[in-house]
Amino acid sequence: MHLTGAHILRILLERQGIRTLAGMPGGANLPFYDALHSSESAQPIEHILARHEQGGGFIAHGYARVTGRAAVCLATSGPGATNLLTAIADAQLDSVPLVAITGQVPQALIGTDAFQEVDTYGLTLPITKHNFLVRSAAELLETIPLAFTIAESGRPGPVAVDVPKDVLNERIEVTVWPAPGGREPTPPCADDLVAALAHQLVHAQRPVLYLGGGVISAGAADLARELAHRVNAPVVSTLMALGAMPCDDPLFMGMLGMHALKGTNFLLEEADLVLAIGARFDDRATGKVAEFCARAAIAHIDIDRAEIGKIKNPFLGLVGDAADILRRLLDRLPPIERRRWCGRAAELRAAYPLAHPPRAEDPLHPVNLCRFLGESLPSDTIVTTDVGQHQMWVAQAWPFRQPRTLLTSGGLGTMGFGLPAAIGAALARRDAANSELQTPNSATSPQPRVVCISGDGSILLNIQELATLAELDLPVAVVIFNNGSLGLVRQQQQLFYGQNYAASRFHAVPDFAALAQAFGIRGVRIEADDRDPLATLAAALAARGPCVIDIPIHETANVLPMVPPGAANRNMIAETALTHA
Amino acid sequence: MPDTALLSATATAAARSTVLELLVRNHPGTMSHITGLFARRAFNLDAIVCAPVGDGTTSRALLLVGDEPRLEQVERQLAKLYDVLEVRHRTDLNASHFVGLLP
Repeated sequence: MHLTGAHILRILLERQGIRTLAGMPGGANLPFYDALHSSESAQPIEHILARHEQGGGFIAHGYARVTGRAAVCLATSGPGATNLLTAIADAQLDSVPLVAITGQVPQALIGTDAFQEVDTYGLTLPITKHNFLVRSAAELLETIPLAFTIAESGRPGPVAVDVPKDVLNERIEVTVWPAPGGREPTPPCADDLVAALAHQLVHAQRPVLYLGGGVISAGAADLARELAHRVNAPVVSTLMALGAMPCDDPLFMGMLGMHALKGTNFLLEEADLVLAIGARFDDRATGKVAEFCARAAIAHIDIDRAEIGKIKNPFLGLVGDAADILRRLLDRLPPIERRRWCGRAAELRAAYPLAHPPRAEDPLHPVNLCRFLGESLPSDTIVTTDVGQHQMWVAQAWPFRQPRTLLTSGGLGTMGFGLPAAIGAALARRDAANSELQTPNSATSPQPRVVCISGDGSILLNIQELATLAELDLPVAVVIFNNGSLGLVRQQQQLFYGQNYAASRFHAVPDFAALAQAFGIRGVRIEADDRDPLATLAAALAARGPCVIDIPIHETANVLPMVPPGAANRNMIAETALTHA
Repeated sequence: MPDTALLSATATAAARSTVLELLVRNHPGTMSHITGLFARRAFNLDAIVCAPVGDGTTSRALLLVGDEPRLEQVERQLAKLYDVLEVRHRTDLNASHFVGLLP
């Protein structure tokens, strides 16, 4: 069979089981779009036309984070590729399996500063797990399956594949198709290390489990919970692991670190054994590293050997798949009672609750909003966030109960993540529902809502994706916590820069409801003087289809407690002098 | 006099550095992956020598790197690179072997 590189690429993606991908066409990748449009497959790939390559990248993120499988985004050469970089870097820091395929100028023009030429290989090199510049159509047969294998195996991550236009146009004879790529098994951790860890967990007096995003990637959330209950160890979670433990589990202490509850950070100070599972001792979690868990021996389970000892030297490092290690650990562990220690955890939790005004008094306080939204929606509702105060309020107050229900940019902290990620999540849910029904695109039952919590600062960074959302008519609700500021910047200026509010307050804030309507989406603004704003909010969410809900919040509301950047986690600011206006 | 200076510089470098040998896939980009890793993780890389071996599908690289507490982290990050197939210590080599290559 004689095929062009573009057709080969399309067939390879179909063979990978890719149903949906997101991107934007341009000169260099047009042959691929032509091939995509002429597929004779029974289940052709649906292309989601993003309105900015970064939007396409984050749509793929949302898709990958819901399914746990590599998702694909496309961009053309030059600005298409540079626009995609933020989404690729985000996937690298949050270990998201992504295959980013970029068009490139024809090989004969590489190095000539051709139109829309940029060194995509060089630009993606430091922000990917691996990257390729494909030099012939035949190479695609090897590179594409390999890209999926690398993205999904071990610690997941992004792989960039740069494909020059002449490679897409080259015709070759294909006789044998390669097997699709995919996750390869992780070598098991040695038994003696598992035994040593079991021994430590039995003999520790005050153990704490510190869960990271790796627990969710490994599908090990239930096992981590079982371990916590088997040995009666309280559990703390990073931002990336929220959802691994149900929020109301009696052993769950919530997020640790910069915006933890005071009691959570204090508990870590008292621990004598901290078992980190799929966590990487990020500075937002540890605070001043030298003083993090100073009294505790640290044990660390991670799939990435380089994470062991990168920040903190553990006395025991176990490299392997978290689910496999936890299963083998549970085989060795008897139930252990720790009444005093669990009592201490409960005492600390009770002593330092999340401070917020009562709902009746201040229904639109962000903490009250998060709790109300969390209660109103089913517990498997996917929540995406942007980055800033609203993100931390969601982390502190949203009642997460299942893994993969919080999608947030944790490592890179990318404002503009939330809306496209919500679109990707809704597409993943739709595809999963369709494949269960075996009747593609049937509209039997209404799709569950995906909620994007954003801020009036963040939402503007990828606002153009409202056009994509309008086109797809997905059940995404964008809820904007509107304080007319870059709130977390304003908060830091208040706390650490002598209230010098430089470039953090907006003098012009768009009418987001009208903006939504301009994009063809229902827009609702909740007025500050609404007599029952939560009822208005519930009604806005209950109506079908995409919507944007703009909610005014206090300009001066702060995310508290807060550990000043660089300080030890025990030094938490609990309240600020400024009260709500 | 210059010889003495060179020798003493070599001696100091030898005390602070160590040599890693890598087996890598030989294709354009491999060197960028290796040197890029050192640059972005702020590891010291003092010298590098690389040449194809066997049928040319792989190369061997010798890296003169700082002998610091983070060396183990350097090795682990190198081992993660897809194009790096093997990382080992060459305690039989030191800075003078690199300096000796220069005219």
